[in-house]
Amino acid sequence: MSAATTPLRRPRRRVNWGLILTYAVAILVTLTMLTPIVWMLSASLKLDRDVFAFPIEWIPAEPRWRNYIDIWTKIPLALFVWNTTKLTVIVTLLQLFTSSFAAYAFAKLRFPYRNALFLAYIATIAMPWQVYMVPQFLLMREFGLNNTHLALICLQAFTAFGVFLMRQFYMSIPDELCEAARIDGMSEYGIWWRIMLPLSMPALSTLTIFTFVNTWNDFLGPLIYLTKTELKTIQIGIRMFVTQYTQEYGLIMAASVVSLIPVLIVFLALQRFFVEGIASTGIKG
Amino acid sequence: MSVIADTPTRPLPARAPISRRWRKVLNALTAYSFIAPNFIGFAVFTLGPIVFAFALAFMHWDGSNPIRFAGLDNFWKLFSDRVFHAAFWNTIIYTGFVVPLTLICSLALAVLLNQKIFGRNFFRTVAFFPYVASLVAVAVVWNMMFHPEFGPVNMVLYTLGVDPSDLPGWAADRHWAMATVIMFSVWKNMGYFMVIYLAGLQGISSELYEAADIDGASGGQKFRFVTLPQLAPTTFFVSVMLIIQSFKVFDQIFMITQGGPGTSTLVLVYHIYNEAFISWDLGYSSMVALVLFLLVLVITIVQFRWTQDRDEDTA
Repeated sequence: MSAATTPLRRPRRRVNWGLILTYAVAILVTLTMLTPIVWMLSASLKLDRDVFAFPIEWIPAEPRWRNYIDIWTKIPLALFVWNTTKLTVIVTLLQLFTSSFAAYAFAKLRFPYRNALFLAYIATIAMPWQVYMVPQFLLMREFGLNNTHLALICLQAFTAFGVFLMRQFYMSIPDELCEAARIDGMSEYGIWWRIMLPLSMPALSTLTIFTFVNTWNDFLGPLIYLTKTELKTIQIGIRMFVTQYTQEYGLIMAASVVSLIPVLIVFLALQRFFVEGIASTGIKG
Repeated sequence: MSVIADTPTRPLPARAPISRRWRKVLNALTAYSFIAPNFIGFAVFTLGPIVFAFALAFMHWDGSNPIRFAGLDNFWKLFSDRVFHAAFWNTIIYTGFVVPLTLICSLALAVLLNQKIFGRNFFRTVAFFPYVASLVAVAVVWNMMFHPEFGPVNMVLYTLGVDPSDLPGWAADRHWAMATVIMFSVWKNMGYFMVIYLAGLQGISSELYEAADIDGASGGQKFRFVTLPQLAPTTFFVSVMLIIQSFKVFDQIFMITQGGPGTSTLVLVYHIYNEAFISWDLGYSSMVALVLFLLVLVITIVQFRWTQDRDEDTA
């Protein structure tokens, strides 16, 4: 780039083959990664019988926008979106609040049984949810929470992972900062709210992305707990749609595109914190 | 910093004369108040069920009739249950392919996108997107693209000259179903591990590369002798994460092949799910879950040991 724009002639001007190759590979890989998504977008604007036309018509000559109107009437998609949004927002907020709150105590306060309690968290991090999903289901049924959104909130809002991630980040904030605030007469709650939270944006963003994406995309949880149509989330809703209308490819694709949009927005809004967050919280090991 | 510098000159605010003992109790209570909101939920909905899961593995229960003690019945059943054997080996095969393939792809992607190229953030976002994309949506696309009769993948293979009778049946073909699921998982997850590798790459001191430049090392040599050894801890972490994640795979298999055809893609969690929510053999289901737990536990212990050794080496 600079070689082409500078008027001065350099004595040795070499084509940077390495850079060109890097670009070529980057573009090729990106295209491959994107193919399914682009194909989905393209198919969502087609008639069912045109979806599998070959050679692929990437940009439909007559885009069928009707698909995006029909999906809202053929299945209660708006209800599914509302259910999922409600669940995801509540779970994410609870997760952020309770995790950062507990993590503050584990990172900055001294109290009896601190290590024992933290060990209980650590020990369950590696425990796959699938190991205890059955007893958890029985417990929820005992509480009468079967077929309620509250069940899913309870099982997703208090994770060991969140506490661990926030605690790792808080450990990297110097203790002197809290000490100074204490001497100035600030309460522990004030320190958490006014000092720790503003400093932990990268970690909070990382946790938000993880929780939001996991809750929004969760499948097995809603599959087990929610059997009533009016309670279903978008993931099992679309799944129901797929099994009911197997041949309506255009509509299925349109509904899938709709389900991707909220996650895409959250991700794009927070992604600049993301790499930093992963690096600073030490979840890379 | 100025806060710390200022404090000695300012008079301390007057404190109520509370005894040291009271102060300690008060401090502890404050700390517990921080932990309580999370811990209560965690104890009831995670710790409790975990303890229950272990107990249930030694019981007979169908969820409605009274629980009966089963001793080791469920354990012995593992040996005679052919579906369990299939599920166990399928899980191992799935893990055996997904872990190295994802590792290589995500590392290559990270090295590529760590270069200072124009539009780097765009490429990174695109590579990460499959990870955040909802599984149901992309699994549907995958099934349609790999449709044995009219999917574009087989269409391309056909135009490339593959005989129609040799075209793979992908998810509907017992020989190709596992490969289809594996390809899907690699595609879906490599972006996430790429981000972790990117974080690792940014932690490598540029001095090492400068020193290698002075020694006249080629790009390949720099990768082999600087990048790879420096990334060893990241690689280890990524592989452990991948192994655990692969052991507990369920969603993509439920959506792409439903464990079939036959039992060709039935994995451990699928078996747990079927035994619990289809057969309502809750005790046996928990026993299979216990096997899954032991597999993951072994991997975690290995990781823990290894990290400790590493820390001792560097200390």
